[in-house]
Amino acid sequence: MTETTTHEGIHETSPVLPLPAHLALGAAVGGGVLAAASAAMSWTWTPDFPGDLTYYGSPAGLQWLALAGGVLTALLALAHRGLKGLRWLNPSGSANGVLFAALGTLAVCWYAAGSIAVELDGLVNLDPGGWLAAVGSLLAVLGALGLPLDRRRAVRHAELHWGLYAVLVVSAVLRQGLGQGWALHAVPPGIRPLFTGNLWFFVALPAAIAALRLWRLLDGWLRIGRIERPLPAARPLPGWAEILVVTAVFAVGLGVVEFGISTEYGELFIGFLLLTGFGTAALLASGAVGRLRELTSRHRAVTTGAAFAAAGAFPFTQSSETYVLIGTNILIFATVALGLNVVVGLAGLLDLGYVAFLGVGAYAAALVSGSKFSVFRDLHLPFPVAVLIGALAALVFGVVIGAPTLRLRGDYLAIVTLGFGEIFRIAMNNLDGRSGPSLTNGPNGIAAIPDVSLFGFDFGEAHDFGALHLGKNGNYLLLMLVATAVVVTVFARVANSRIGRAWVAIREDETAAEAMGINGFRVKLIAFALGATLAGLAGAVQAHVSGAVSPDQYLFTGPTPPNSAFLLAAVILGGMGTISGPLVGAALLFLIPAKLEFLQSYQLLAFGLALILLMRFRPEGLIAGRRQQLEFHEVQLPAQAAPADDVPTKAGA
Amino acid sequence: MSTVSTETETVPTPEPLAAPVLEAAGVVMRFGGLTAVNDVDLTVRQGEIVGLIGPNGAGKTTFFNCLTGLYVPTEGTVKYKGRVLPPKPHLVTQAGIARTFQNIRLFANMTALENVLVGRHTRTKEGLFSAILRGPGYRRAEAEGRERARELLEFCGLGAKADHLARNLPYGEQRKLEIARALASDPGLLLLDEPTAGMNPQETRAAEELVFAIRDLGTAVLVIEHDMKFIFNLCDRTAVLVQGRKIVEGDRETVQNDERVVTAYLGAPLEGTTAAQEDGQ
Repeated sequence: MTETTTHEGIHETSPVLPLPAHLALGAAVGGGVLAAASAAMSWTWTPDFPGDLTYYGSPAGLQWLALAGGVLTALLALAHRGLKGLRWLNPSGSANGVLFAALGTLAVCWYAAGSIAVELDGLVNLDPGGWLAAVGSLLAVLGALGLPLDRRRAVRHAELHWGLYAVLVVSAVLRQGLGQGWALHAVPPGIRPLFTGNLWFFVALPAAIAALRLWRLLDGWLRIGRIERPLPAARPLPGWAEILVVTAVFAVGLGVVEFGISTEYGELFIGFLLLTGFGTAALLASGAVGRLRELTSRHRAVTTGAAFAAAGAFPFTQSSETYVLIGTNILIFATVALGLNVVVGLAGLLDLGYVAFLGVGAYAAALVSGSKFSVFRDLHLPFPVAVLIGALAALVFGVVIGAPTLRLRGDYLAIVTLGFGEIFRIAMNNLDGRSGPSLTNGPNGIAAIPDVSLFGFDFGEAHDFGALHLGKNGNYLLLMLVATAVVVTVFARVANSRIGRAWVAIREDETAAEAMGINGFRVKLIAFALGATLAGLAGAVQAHVSGAVSPDQYLFTGPTPPNSAFLLAAVILGGMGTISGPLVGAALLFLIPAKLEFLQSYQLLAFGLALILLMRFRPEGLIAGRRQQLEFHEVQLPAQAAPADDVPTKAGA
Repeated sequence: MSTVSTETETVPTPEPLAAPVLEAAGVVMRFGGLTAVNDVDLTVRQGEIVGLIGPNGAGKTTFFNCLTGLYVPTEGTVKYKGRVLPPKPHLVTQAGIARTFQNIRLFANMTALENVLVGRHTRTKEGLFSAILRGPGYRRAEAEGRERARELLEFCGLGAKADHLARNLPYGEQRKLEIARALASDPGLLLLDEPTAGMNPQETRAAEELVFAIRDLGTAVLVIEHDMKFIFNLCDRTAVLVQGRKIVEGDRETVQNDERVVTAYLGAPLEGTTAAQEDGQ
């Protein structure tokens, strides 16, 4: 607890609502239990709402989420109280986790109740179960606010500028005026059409300002902060028990991810995102994640194995091929993002045309795959050879593109790679025998790539292993998983090596790195070529998984995820320079557009907003790397690295 | 002009037998019409600590950059242990000259240990494939590198800070870390660019001890500094650079008693040198 003293000046531990301690705890636990219990009741009388929430005793869809959120809230509250047997859930002793869990439950329950009321027209459509969920979750939040929370002492925000309020008034008047028509006279006739149909802007702007204002008021009242509480030493468990815990956690993780992938309608997916977001925050604050991190860092091999086993178990848990295909596509996207992370995250080279290397690998593999649309239709090389050719082709292109441009510093590389991405796509379109040499079959691409067959195992057919069923997409998911494992291994080993350190040094300060004896050009070229090779490898597998390649799969930006802009977004969103970061980022960036169809036309707008918010509030990405963790949470360091006598000197640092 | 060269020739060389590590002869660095370094000769011998002083803008750092391959001198040659230096910074480091920077240029988001490991880059050769395959040879080299890096951190008094981010170290320790990082390349000559800038007297004293310890390891040191006390305590010889020219070189008395040095620092006009300077431009 000594380390918290350094934060004492800015943090305090106090309740937001002055409730008696027992009452607050009772409300938090009781509210959580009520919300969980409501899952067993009917929330609405008609099956019209997606998921059919009309049954008593049989939770469905959003009700499962309410159940999970309520149980998590109640358990965290009890763990905070120090209930024997639950202390592992709240090792940090902070009550903030309870609040986050309760907020997550509140968000899910109120979102569910709200969308029932909106979609079915009116609150009358809520059954007692729905009301109970709403009341229970509210009660849990009120109770959590009465617990001793870690809070900032000072209000962080300055007052909003008066000009913003003026904008609010002006746009309200304009909205009214343009709607009724009289304000249109002030607009030049030529651009009048712009101001008749797009009135949403005049609503959205004040709404955004009002939301910001409300948020600041709320934040000034709550002052929820985060104290870096050091975790007390864990009671030593036998090695097998720790491994068991890690395995169990990954099994639960598999369950969560599976739930997310197989959500059938948008409402459920939004609820899922809300609950997982708040739930993760809750477990972070409660210290459970930190405790788990200690375990995983002690059993690194087991952790990696468990993660891959969980991913490999995914197709066996699915009855529907569609969701397995989504899983496969996520893996493709994530693997390529991880390859890009070598270039962007480690070496700091901004590559805006990375998807072209994926395309090079895919096309090279497709040409030798024996497809009847390939110009070498009689050439049917075995799959491993095709993958090798794909990777080598990408390597060659990487070196050819990198060699002249990597001698330059700064933004030139971004411009050249952006150009290369476009050149690749246009060239593939034109190498059709009419506009250029016949190689790629032009816009039609190379379709009907034969299924992979390895050691007599035909990937095109379903297989049964005893009770386990593996469909065609499942086969390919496992194949893709192997490619992912290769890329993860390469990344992990290279990142922490002489060459990986040289990349980071180049990224940090190229002049100093050169003065330390690093040949900047050579090292950057290796990074660029390795990134290209990994993309080529993923591309070669992708060509076989999707069975066809065409130029419009490899865009700078487009509606389907593996494109250069999305790849870069996945790396930045997830966390640069980490392994799990791009994997998480890619999964989110693939699932969100796939699940929320109503977002489709606003997808890029939503991404822009999300990235801006992320850069503002969490610049290190969703998953911070070791270095970023050191940067932000240095007080925790001595526990794992050096004896604790180091602490006092650091407080002065 | 002629007085300058006669003055430099009368330098009392303390150990004439020691082999020269660095021989810079007639180094000229011009940026367009500006001559930043004008015909400077400097020799550093084995086991010596040589100081380089001069008012701001005298061309000291530019001269350093010429020595380390950051700039390619317009005229003149720089030899390290008898061999002409290649014009690339990383090759200079490989040859055996390491440096620190006037404005600290650490790899801010790497730990202290990693910074030193980067400094060892030229003395190790594990490439991409050995990193991926992780054979026994790679493991041994990596372990040896870490061992050596920890020794160096210990040597510079940073043993307890190995796993701290460079950016989070206090100023004085960042300076020390720069020295540790430079030493990691096992240099025959260490160039220190204002190693005590911004330090308090105690830290300066510690830095002095460190430089002596480095000399005792057998590494020659060439140091730029404004702190006269530091320089005269430390250096066997000191060269004074004014407006790109070396006006005097010698031991403490020679330099302190030279009226041109005094006037250069106090800003009075220099009869002989100003005329030469104007001719040069």
